[in-house]
Amino acid sequence: MLKDAAKFEPKIVAFCCNWCSYAGADGAGTARKNYPANVKIIKVPCSCRVNPMFILRAFQRGADGVILCGCHPGDCHYSTGNYYTRRRMALLMSMLNFMGVAEDRFRVEWVSAAEGAKFAEVMNDFVVQITALGENVKLRDLRCKK
Amino acid sequence: MQKIGVFVCWCGSNIAGTVDVAAVVEAVKKIPDVAYAVDYKYMCSEEGQKIIKDAVEEYGLDRIVVCSCSPRMHEATFRKCAESIGINPYMVEIANIREQCSWVLKDVKVATEKAIQLAKAAIAKVRFNNPLHPGQSQVVKRALVIGGGIAGIQTALDIADAGYKVDILEKEPTIGGKMAQIDKTFPTLDCSACILTPKMVDAACHENITIHTYSDLEAVSGYVGNFDVTIRKKARSVKADICSGCGICTEKCPARKTPSEFDEGLRNRGAIYIPFAQAIPKVPVIDREACLKFKTGKCGVCSIVCPNGAIDYTQEDELITEKYGAIVLATGFELIDLENYGNLGYGRSKNVITSMQLERLTNAAGPTEGHLVCPASGKEPKSVVIVSCVGSRDTSGRGKTYCSKVCCMYNAKHAMYIREKYPNVDVTVFYIDVRTPGKGFDEFQRRAVEEYGVHYVRGQVGKIMSDKEGNLTVFASDLNSGRHLMLNPDLVVLACAVKPAKDARKLASMLTASIDTNDFYVEAHPKLRPVESPTAGIFLSGMCQGPKDIPETVSQAGAAAAKVIGLLAKDKLMTNPCTAKCNEQICSGCLTCTNVCPYGAISGVEKEVVTLNGTREKRVVAVVNEALCQGCGACTVACPSASMDLQGFTNKQILAEVDALC
Repeated sequence: MLKDAAKFEPKIVAFCCNWCSYAGADGAGTARKNYPANVKIIKVPCSCRVNPMFILRAFQRGADGVILCGCHPGDCHYSTGNYYTRRRMALLMSMLNFMGVAEDRFRVEWVSAAEGAKFAEVMNDFVVQITALGENVKLRDLRCKK
Repeated sequence: MQKIGVFVCWCGSNIAGTVDVAAVVEAVKKIPDVAYAVDYKYMCSEEGQKIIKDAVEEYGLDRIVVCSCSPRMHEATFRKCAESIGINPYMVEIANIREQCSWVLKDVKVATEKAIQLAKAAIAKVRFNNPLHPGQSQVVKRALVIGGGIAGIQTALDIADAGYKVDILEKEPTIGGKMAQIDKTFPTLDCSACILTPKMVDAACHENITIHTYSDLEAVSGYVGNFDVTIRKKARSVKADICSGCGICTEKCPARKTPSEFDEGLRNRGAIYIPFAQAIPKVPVIDREACLKFKTGKCGVCSIVCPNGAIDYTQEDELITEKYGAIVLATGFELIDLENYGNLGYGRSKNVITSMQLERLTNAAGPTEGHLVCPASGKEPKSVVIVSCVGSRDTSGRGKTYCSKVCCMYNAKHAMYIREKYPNVDVTVFYIDVRTPGKGFDEFQRRAVEEYGVHYVRGQVGKIMSDKEGNLTVFASDLNSGRHLMLNPDLVVLACAVKPAKDARKLASMLTASIDTNDFYVEAHPKLRPVESPTAGIFLSGMCQGPKDIPETVSQAGAAAAKVIGLLAKDKLMTNPCTAKCNEQICSGCLTCTNVCPYGAISGVEKEVVTLNGTREKRVVAVVNEALCQGCGACTVACPSASMDLQGFTNKQILAEVDALC
């Protein structure tokens, strides 16, 4: 059942690479740039560590939005990791589309270690976007529902 | 059964002010396997660590979750704490409830709820943690310093004095950098060259220092303690070992249309040139784009006049490879382009110059031998206007938003030495704010006003016009009196913003060093690790990290050197144990992983393996070289059979976090 849109608090998982985006999130904190509590961060060494399965699992478990943040292309700590991410996630996007999941529920963003303000902006924007989309019902496994 | 201890930190009021820490403790106590949970004011303090140690002993904890600040801050602290009581340091997980929670949320209820969820995710992950053991790697006892300005020279000298080999890589034909161009330095007004050139000579003569000028970084691979670097020594077209540095070639060269970079375009240089008299090495270089011999095939004057036969038109770039244990970035700065500041008339009137051009005009070794003249007329100016913050603190998008830090002081310096040498010249400085913190700095600026009679006007210059005769009109506002001003100076000096060197971003990519939106290198921690890049083994020195003056640059150079020495002094380094690991039982030997590994750390090895149904067979499986693997995890996703996993960030661990958060 779709909840009342006004009270709807989306669940959002953010995968952040250790070197850029996780540090960017720390930067947002240090600069006291607020973003909603809906966003919960999972640290990974590199965005290329994120298996598309993790994202599908999040949706299956009831996440309403998933965002993956890495270093800007060319700035990857491991040189090429985020290029792999970009290709893999482009495929995942079209697969989500194929499965009927609004591709707006998943986003890839490049946030550097110095971009604390950008991190907060991106998260604020993403929460607004997911809130507007409402609850994720398409991929949610009802057995996982708490 | 696992025994997990959860330790919730208040961080004074940083966390406890927004998160109800007691509620977090109560909530996690209900989670199965959490054997102990407690909150304390400062977990990182000695007392806080003692609480952890006592709890481990009393409750027999085998896994630890600390809910505190970012793991980038204190993960190492708590890992060490765990190790000291016999728990493997990799059995510790941090829930970041400060940066990700209390600092970005205002509502206590919401923040407490999020803190509990973050704690739950960390607890879910720590259940799947396994003890990990770092390996060891050798340290190459040699450092590379990129950039041969005062920052690079000082860093190299300090490292070399400690007994380690250092190479300086400089893209220009000589070391010395921007400081060599400066006339005098604030606040002592001592001659810049007089204090710099002895250091340049020291570096050149030092038995532990090798200088590669006119060279670029071609390629870098490896990791802390073991960098493999290829340096491109560009062809000078002059044999350095034969050349005596007499300079006859530079005088006789007929191609004299190229503006001298060293003199900021105020005079021309030959196609074969030595940037300045004290250049090191004092070996000329042929600018092949300007040289008639290279352009037309005719000329060859330099090779005729050279008494030693040192000119070599066929010389080619040389690639040299070397191993280094540490790399220091000291790439310095340049001034911004003024193309967005057409209103200030730079480029249209020769009498509108940059501060660096003024340095050359007042320098005894400069194009006018130190006589201050207007470049257009060649006559002494009667009045000079100095404009501060050209491109600094500019939020309009034309320039840089940051303060360039050095301009207020050098404006005072310029004003002072113009008034000192030419007491009849009127000097007016337009400023937004005068920012002169530093030892003896404010006194220095006040001297400019009080003793030297420099006019300081708070206000911005809107426009500078030049009529047909080249007479300048400056339109400005005086914010203190609210009046509009119109001045007719003979010379205008623009204090342009500084920006990092052009190739800073390219180097950052090659070295995987972090860089900010302004192209300054990012430090590992802004307060506690200011001379280290987040990438291990890469260090920062001087302006490339942020605007700073010479004394600050020299102290930072020394600090970077100390860090490098600390690294090179170690015989072995502990490697990161969070490496990829192959489950040989299910690995099919397809070796897809080898194609994505950026470090060539995976190879196919024929091995006898026990298959899932218990039989033994000999087949090719992927084997990870732990010394080479840096732990990015690219292979884990590429692996079609999920036999490749990343220790410390295993599929199980990450999925457990996903499950806990959703």
